[in-house]
Amino acid sequence: MTVSDNRRTEKFPFGIASVGLDEIERRIPAGEPPPLPPNDALQVIGKPVRRQDARAKVTGAMRFTVDVKLPGLLHARILRSPLPHARVQAIDIEAVARQPGVRAVLVIASSDTILRYVGAPVAAVAATTQAAAEAALRLIRVNYAPLPFVVDLDTARRPDAPLVYPAGERPSLSIAEILVASALKLTGNVRGPDTQGSRGDIAQGFAQAQVIVESDYRTQTQTHCCLEPHAIVADWRADGLTVWMSTQFTAGVRRELAQTFGLKLGEVRVKVAAMGGGFGSKSQLGTYGRYAVMLSRQAKAPVRLVFDRAEEQLDSGNRPATWQHLRIGARRDGMLTAVSLLEYGTAGVGVGAGVGNFAQALYACPNFSSAQNDVFINAGRSSPMRGPGNTPGAFAMEQAIDELADKLGLDPLVLRERNDPSAVRREQRRLGAQRIGWDRRHQPGADAGPVKRGLGMAQSLWGANVHTNAACEVRLLRDGSVEVLSSVQDLGTGIGTILAQVVAEEFGLRPDDIIVHIGDTDFPAGPPSYGSQTTASITPAARNAAWKVKQMLFRQVAASLGVAPEQLVARGGRIVVLEDTTRGVSFREAAAGLRTEQISAVATRSDDYGGFRRHMGDQAGAQNDIGGVQFAEVSVDTETGTIRVERVVAVQDCGRPMNPKLIESQVQGGVLMGISYALLEERVIDRQTGHVMNADLEQYKLVGPREAPSIEVLLLENYQGQSATDAYGIAEPSNIATAPAIANAVFNAIGVRLRTLPMTPAAVLAALDTRLRRN
Amino acid sequence: MDRFVWQVARSVTEAATLAGRTVAEAMLADPGQPAAPDCVVLKAGGIDLLDLMKEGLLRPSRVVNLREVPGLAAITEDSSGLRIGTLVTLEQLATHPALRQRYAALADAVASSASPQIRHVATLGGNLLQRPRCWYFRSVAHHCARKGGEHCFAFAGENQYHAVFGHEGCAIVHPSTAATALVAFDARVELVNAQGVPRSVPLGAFLVGPGIDVKRETDLGAGEVLTAVLLPPTAASTRSVFLKQAARSSSDWSIADVAVVLDRAPDGRCQRACIVLGAAAPVPWRAQQAEAALVGQMIDAAVARTAGQAAIAGAVPLSRNAYKLPILATLVRRAVLQAAGAPEPENGR
Repeated sequence: MTVSDNRRTEKFPFGIASVGLDEIERRIPAGEPPPLPPNDALQVIGKPVRRQDARAKVTGAMRFTVDVKLPGLLHARILRSPLPHARVQAIDIEAVARQPGVRAVLVIASSDTILRYVGAPVAAVAATTQAAAEAALRLIRVNYAPLPFVVDLDTARRPDAPLVYPAGERPSLSIAEILVASALKLTGNVRGPDTQGSRGDIAQGFAQAQVIVESDYRTQTQTHCCLEPHAIVADWRADGLTVWMSTQFTAGVRRELAQTFGLKLGEVRVKVAAMGGGFGSKSQLGTYGRYAVMLSRQAKAPVRLVFDRAEEQLDSGNRPATWQHLRIGARRDGMLTAVSLLEYGTAGVGVGAGVGNFAQALYACPNFSSAQNDVFINAGRSSPMRGPGNTPGAFAMEQAIDELADKLGLDPLVLRERNDPSAVRREQRRLGAQRIGWDRRHQPGADAGPVKRGLGMAQSLWGANVHTNAACEVRLLRDGSVEVLSSVQDLGTGIGTILAQVVAEEFGLRPDDIIVHIGDTDFPAGPPSYGSQTTASITPAARNAAWKVKQMLFRQVAASLGVAPEQLVARGGRIVVLEDTTRGVSFREAAAGLRTEQISAVATRSDDYGGFRRHMGDQAGAQNDIGGVQFAEVSVDTETGTIRVERVVAVQDCGRPMNPKLIESQVQGGVLMGISYALLEERVIDRQTGHVMNADLEQYKLVGPREAPSIEVLLLENYQGQSATDAYGIAEPSNIATAPAIANAVFNAIGVRLRTLPMTPAAVLAALDTRLRRN
Repeated sequence: MDRFVWQVARSVTEAATLAGRTVAEAMLADPGQPAAPDCVVLKAGGIDLLDLMKEGLLRPSRVVNLREVPGLAAITEDSSGLRIGTLVTLEQLATHPALRQRYAALADAVASSASPQIRHVATLGGNLLQRPRCWYFRSVAHHCARKGGEHCFAFAGENQYHAVFGHEGCAIVHPSTAATALVAFDARVELVNAQGVPRSVPLGAFLVGPGIDVKRETDLGAGEVLTAVLLPPTAASTRSVFLKQAARSSSDWSIADVAVVLDRAPDGRCQRACIVLGAAAPVPWRAQQAEAALVGQMIDAAVARTAGQAAIAGAVPLSRNAYKLPILATLVRRAVLQAAGAPEPENGR
């Protein structure tokens, strides 16, 4: 160890454990702990620790935002547009205001406001009961002047389509959207093209190609379907605002609230109890969050606003539908020479319907061109959803690569081997192929009989994201109890348990010894739980803080034992001298000797030791991306069109795996969501009326227990030496490859390619029928 | 949901006297208006009723609970067949030994429906009287023909789950899988009026298509209570099979289902066949041409295939549901083969 200035050099484990580990030297901040060894040398980190709230969750004892009860709590409901496109001519709330039980009324769409989708908010009411609020909505009189509307991507692209934003009307975009969209041209309903990421000379690339494949792909609108609805309880008081909210970013919502309502950050407190999923749809305050606060301010009482299932489906975001045209050129040996992507997607009345950097970045191809467009339709606005962009992007690109392999007569794994520079995915392909039994794979459609089986695979690409505005406090109290505190929230993934593991490892304790306080902005500001960055961002801060507290404790214990602090280690609930482990004190005794009631340290997430690839504001991207390769085995009943996913092998990586049990659980969730996306889910809008016909969980088909295949999760340990924990995220990477892996397996089963999602019996039968008629 | 009065009926005649109108009639009231004071509806399991009320499609002023009425929840058997009380739950039916043994298609049909939670509460009577699941019908925003409006939205709309037969002015499919099997067994329903007078009619006649009346699915009269379902006895040689395909296998409505009941002579020839298609038409749809293709035949793969094709003859698919036809033909073929104990060719299942 050498120290100079305020950094020192340390040697970190480096590489993929199953391939063989190396070491790498990193310059790290002086105040940060020494490198962790690989997981097999650790006691708690990297072990399948049960989540701390498991019992509370399965017994129903867990408290969610909807369970928050306050004295005098009012209940809010939102009146929503019954028309897909209309001008509000008049809105009359007089009868409502006089209604008993009604405490606040908010006009959201005053006269002349244009409503652009069924379910757009018109007015909101807070009343003493849910039923009173519901009844009050019926007393609001609104005159709507209907306008022409368009609810599907293809029609909206036509020059004669009704305009969602007629000339002179600008899309009302969130700040984030304006950053993305401001430079792009609006023609009719089409905004774009966005050509970011293009490189090389595409014409020359295709001229060099000996083989070209070219196809259209379509993906549907998928909704988040969080089992816990969007929910907020807002309590506006003279001395400040307290909000309980089901949110993926407490600190961000606090900032939005302070800005929106002219409050100081210190006057706003945001809390979140347990969450039942967010998948990207609970990343911001949202208009509904604002309405709840406004109603509370008006009523001078706390207000509870909880979406019903229809509101979830209509107005809480969705994954955009896309149409993608991919053209790929390659030499006969499989080396790619050109990839061109033309995409039109729809995020409803919002923007952000692109397909990300998947086709651009997955394979090394010198020539790439991209043109991505947002198409406005009269439907609810999209919001990021688990692997936004890359998930629909992967469905197209990973099938196109298989189409190329088919045309070249190459094994899809071999074609990828030649073009994919990632060492992580190379190892993942090897492990996955072995586990699924890739050598059993036959020619497409080779099975006799009506039920055909097939094997397929697809790859994933996702950024290893880090939020550098991430802080954590660790406290040691005189009775030996240890607390970890951060505003970071658990959207269901179990980050609280992982924090306990990190702190327990440092103190030589068990995870259950650590008391975790999270989800409250009264604690040091933590990162958001979107972009698969929670673990990467907050666990280094937690370890840094724990290490600092440990140093304080060691100094005290060292003095009493007459040794130097550097000679001490914490293990098995004791603090002992490394050379003679019989000498030492129990952790509890050590704590009892504290001069003060507690000692504590707050620490932050420093930059990745090897630097970031990009860093904008609080948001950074690691040097290396996250990989992921999934294999699927399917059977297809060619007489009924039914696809059954029999088995999925998901080979994933997330840097240093912190808790394999929680990671496996997330990967299983990602795979199930991918199966649901591949086979079942689709928001259906009636073109006659503009209404969503399946704004419920009855006709919006979500994967169920009988669709769940055997899911095998193989996890790489991929050490990068980039932070105090070296951990990265898993949520989104586990969702991206599933649908194309299934589609490729379906092709292998029946010899017919399904390029449209979802792959329903109707779609399978139509594809088979087309082939029959061709032959 | 609006406030309503909860009342417990103690007898069938009391319930029949209170029932001022059928749910179908009550739903013709303006959905924007609060409940009329005389809007009284009967509740058995309450599964569909609660759904209709939550969606704002039905606003009763009074709900009369049938569940306390004695004698309606029993399954009894005598020489005239099986009598299933209207309050028997779907779960009881699915697991009843006599049903499993002699009316397997019915037990399987019921077991394939809904979710375990719902099957434990839902009753057979309620299942037969439930309103259709058509998403236009279930939407307050769509004033469709079945709710007293001008037209059926499905013909020019999202009709992937709609009827391929018998859609005269309305393209709903009958929602009950139990009904598919019951019609195949020639079941009758027993109805009792306010005077306590019973009548019994074949289920196939009790369920009415839109050609007869687009605003109701049954012949239930106001002031009538469906008290039981009557199943004629089966012969020792009777074999029955029910097959269903849904968008997903977990807790979902049928895309297509079929019940096949076969009687075979000692020489193995088919003596009598009853084939009913579900989720194919506004009522359980008897596939008589398919039945005719079987009678007098030794059933093998070729005969079964002919029956499957005959079952979809005359279908008129809508813009987005032609895919149902090969599925129906396949289910009929497979069900016939299974009922005849003939092995499926190749690896079909």
